[in-house]
Amino acid sequence: MKKHYNIAIVGGGPAGTTAARFATSQGASVVVLERDREIGVPVRCAEGISKEGLTKYVDINPNWIAGTITDFGFISPSGKMVVFHSPTIGYILHRRLFDHALAEIAADMGAEIYTKAYVHGLRRDGSKTTLYLRHIGTETEVEADIVIAADGIESRIAHLAGFNTKLSPKDVEPCAQMQLANIDVNPNRGDFYLSNNWAPGGYVWAFPKGENTANVGLGISGKYAGNKSALEYLKDFVAEKFPKASILTTTAGGVPVAKALDKLVGDGLMVIGDAAHQVNPLTGGGISTAMAAGKMAGSVAASAVKDKDISAKRLSEYQKQWDKTIGKDIKRLYRLKEWAINLTDTDYEDIARSLDGLTPEQVTLVKIFKQAVKKKPSLVIDVLKVFAGF
Amino acid sequence: MVIVNEKICDLCGTCVAVCPVDCIELTEFDLIINDEICIRCNICIKMCPFAALTSKTSEV
Repeated sequence: MKKHYNIAIVGGGPAGTTAARFATSQGASVVVLERDREIGVPVRCAEGISKEGLTKYVDINPNWIAGTITDFGFISPSGKMVVFHSPTIGYILHRRLFDHALAEIAADMGAEIYTKAYVHGLRRDGSKTTLYLRHIGTETEVEADIVIAADGIESRIAHLAGFNTKLSPKDVEPCAQMQLANIDVNPNRGDFYLSNNWAPGGYVWAFPKGENTANVGLGISGKYAGNKSALEYLKDFVAEKFPKASILTTTAGGVPVAKALDKLVGDGLMVIGDAAHQVNPLTGGGISTAMAAGKMAGSVAASAVKDKDISAKRLSEYQKQWDKTIGKDIKRLYRLKEWAINLTDTDYEDIARSLDGLTPEQVTLVKIFKQAVKKKPSLVIDVLKVFAGF
Repeated sequence: MVIVNEKICDLCGTCVAVCPVDCIELTEFDLIINDEICIRCNICIKMCPFAALTSKTSEV
């Protein structure tokens, strides 16, 4: 590890390593500091992403595609399933392999990546920032012109740097997930179970990773958290729906379902990914948004270093790009999420019943949401704008 | 004070994200709660996906 880099990125997930890739490709010297012992592990993720959201940022390698999704199933509280034929292909990833691949691409371009490198302090001093870290047990420091915080939901680096990254409980979904084996699943259909008994203010997902195995997990709204943990909800669900399953992994996680941060940059500082709440608040999907932010921030950071101007004003180019693209969508999706967390089991049944008898090809997401928003017509505009691309 | 059950804690960081006074630190191997800063709001306890946090009333 050197004493000084143009750009130091805290966190080696898809946001951090994508930022590293785009910054090094423009000639900046870059270090990525990952707290965990291995890039991509543990997997705290349902691992789903759309083909479009993936191929915009990286060439597909079949090694890290675990499954291809062509249909989605929505299961009502009474067990009625509405199948929706997706107009776009989705993938379920092997996140461990995928994250490794993103890191390798960045490394091949010259980014230095370190694991078991825990950053616990930060000091801004004129034109540079010093990071204080413990790398495999040894205290050390690294200096950088620009620090990019990509340290996930806890967002401690951004917080240490003075950003208000705190999440209100209602804007977080506590999640639990198990990878189940020996279960009966359609390998090309991603399922969403909707009931406040299974997952209040959230949903259960069952995303197949090939034949007979799937990521089965759930998130509950922080609004309803407290009496029963996400893990307890998941254990009950698995006992009800997949009683014979073997459980290959059990992981916890928190997903930000918030508006993205108002302020994404400071002098010599940028925040990206979960740390910046850059997650689709309706679905909880965040891999593609993380890579999008990584690309924007990495490119802007490298050109700012080249021009020797690392001021917040210069770095706000990243924020402008974000705000006028995905940032705008996230605001709309947030309004939908605020409404969706209040849906009752009766609402879910009504929606399922109204779509009964339609073929998967006839069911569209717009139709589903049109039924859903009948009780709140003002949301129709948001729905149409969100799904304008479908 | 808030106690971490290390046998249950999955080191996911959800508690860190919601702590309003930033008294929780997730290191590369453990979770540390600074009891001097903690305001006993118990938000972390409610939000923990695995119910690994509990509150213990200490004698004053």
